[in-house]
Amino acid sequence: MATLRTILRRLALLGVMLGGLVLITFTVSNVAPSDPAALAAGPDATRAMIETVRHEYGLDQSLPMQLARYVADLLRLRLGRSIQTGNQVADDLARFFPATMELVLLSMLFSVLAGVPMGLWAAVRRNSWFDHAMRALAVSGVALPAFWAALLLQLVFAVWLGWLPTSGQLSVATAPPDPITGMILLDALLRGQWAVFAEAARYAVLPAFVLALPSLAAIVRVNRAEMIEVLAADYVTAARAHGVAPRRVIGWLALRNAMLPTLAMIGLRFGWTLGSTVLVETVFDWPGIGLYAVNSAIASDFKPVMGVTLAVGVTFMLTNLLIDLAYGWLDPRTRSA
Amino acid sequence: MSGPLLEITGFRLAFDGYEGRAQVLNGIDLRVEQGETVGIVGETGCGKSVLARSILRLNPTPPARVLTGGIRFAGQDVLAMDGPALMALRGAGIGMVFQDPQTYLNPVFTIGSQLADVLRAHGLRGRAAIRARSLELLEAVRLPEPAALLRRYPHELSGGMRQRVLIAQALAGSPRLLLADEPTTALDVTIQGQVLALVADLVARFGLTLVLISHDLGVIGAICRRVVVMYAGSIVEDAPAEELFAHPRHPYTRGLLAAVPDLERPTQMPAGIPGSIPSLRDPPGGCRFHPRCDLTMDICRREAPRLSGTGHRTACHALAPNQDGYAQVRP
Repeated sequence: MATLRTILRRLALLGVMLGGLVLITFTVSNVAPSDPAALAAGPDATRAMIETVRHEYGLDQSLPMQLARYVADLLRLRLGRSIQTGNQVADDLARFFPATMELVLLSMLFSVLAGVPMGLWAAVRRNSWFDHAMRALAVSGVALPAFWAALLLQLVFAVWLGWLPTSGQLSVATAPPDPITGMILLDALLRGQWAVFAEAARYAVLPAFVLALPSLAAIVRVNRAEMIEVLAADYVTAARAHGVAPRRVIGWLALRNAMLPTLAMIGLRFGWTLGSTVLVETVFDWPGIGLYAVNSAIASDFKPVMGVTLAVGVTFMLTNLLIDLAYGWLDPRTRSA
Repeated sequence: MSGPLLEITGFRLAFDGYEGRAQVLNGIDLRVEQGETVGIVGETGCGKSVLARSILRLNPTPPARVLTGGIRFAGQDVLAMDGPALMALRGAGIGMVFQDPQTYLNPVFTIGSQLADVLRAHGLRGRAAIRARSLELLEAVRLPEPAALLRRYPHELSGGMRQRVLIAQALAGSPRLLLADEPTTALDVTIQGQVLALVADLVARFGLTLVLISHDLGVIGAICRRVVVMYAGSIVEDAPAEELFAHPRHPYTRGLLAAVPDLERPTQMPAGIPGSIPSLRDPPGGCRFHPRCDLTMDICRREAPRLSGTGHRTACHALAPNQDGYAQVRP
């Protein structure tokens, strides 16, 4: 009951935040010094043709009017039309978003499944060589620029060693599986197309790893620090004193306490990862919303950019809502609040 | 079984830190027989909690380091125990009750889940069996509505209830010895009495041996038949409770007793002991109490006194019999 109320309250708050996000993206798109109508009409267009395009897209109206129309469209889940692709932005997003989510989910899965145990073990074996290696990773993982790491990995694993493909999501010769979720890996798995799955996995390794690296570093660092603190807590001493096995004490009784701040970090990293897809998708030519946003922005086509921003924003907010609910499950003290 | 249940001999333990080594336990000799109730009293920082944790090997190493001496429980060498033997000692041999019920219960697990973890550690299997035993333990520590309590979290309980849960956990492994480290210090005075009565009752009911650690002579006098006084990492006096309260010998013990406020004369401040507890990193040579003692002799500055005597043991040069068999100074 309390949980339901929390969800409703958070959803209402989400609406307010969305309003702010719409206002900001709309303003930023419209103060940019460019003429999308002229770009859309093409280099040889006459003034009259440009004006026609301007009218067609509603760009000749006053800004408040344009905002009002945009919001009204949004409420009907219409995000405007892309000048670049000529499609409805909503349709484009539906096409590109699954690829991005696939990449983000893969990298988050990897950074959590690897980062939590690595941080835990570094804390248990504090000041061992493993711990030192983890601290080095924690610094370098955050410090390495994603595009640089991406180029380096492409060079080593794709060009020199030839183990993995350089870019893309599948080879041109391979037909993607019939979409269920739109995520190629998941769809191939659901349809039992193992060859396609294996190939898609090879394509996904490098971009997912590059995207995961900073989150992995952050999760290792937070979980290590939290574990060190929790392992020194009185209730851990008490569990030991009562004869509970070390594995149980560390891997469950202590970890669950240490996971609280780690979980908050995972939520933040999720949003950050979504944003970083812009760079990673560009370098790896991954057909997701990041690449879509970059191509649109270069063409001064702002409706898609706004659409991508909104989609990323909503996903981030929903993810953090989930994280907060998980927090309540992990920490009984926050439930009544 | 013959021999003492717990035997500590010549135990010296130090903590290594950035500022050097602190000699926290300086040669502890203590025998506890099956069925005894022993209170260990001393000021904060005298090493009594470290001693308790040493018995269960709970001090983190490093920084803690055993220099010399041994600890035996039921004839077994505690310091030589491997993982499984140590886990059996903890809980099944010795049940430990901690000071602050606020921090010694895991905040994110229910009482039932924490009890179940301890019970499983001692080999109990099956949901129904664990639940039955949990209820039995909560009833043993006289907690009302034990079934509802199993689903509650520590923050939903009062301090007194939490301490009872901690005691139930300590009893979960059916230990022979109950080791209670300041079990009432963090509680309200009214609750203190109830918890002490409970401990005394459990000791009698289950035939437990008790080692109770406190800075409060009143707490110890209430349920212990033997009192051990510690000062700066050493035992300075060890005697039957009645004897110690009536005829304290060691100058430190006498100071300690004089420091207890007198309810008959509430306007009079109790006498304290001049000076303060010494640094364990750079303790005074000889007897560690000599800078604060009014019986100090030359030998006190040079040589640490040994705990001697039978029945009523003291570690004091001034009280040690000379060749004629008389104490050098009449207390």
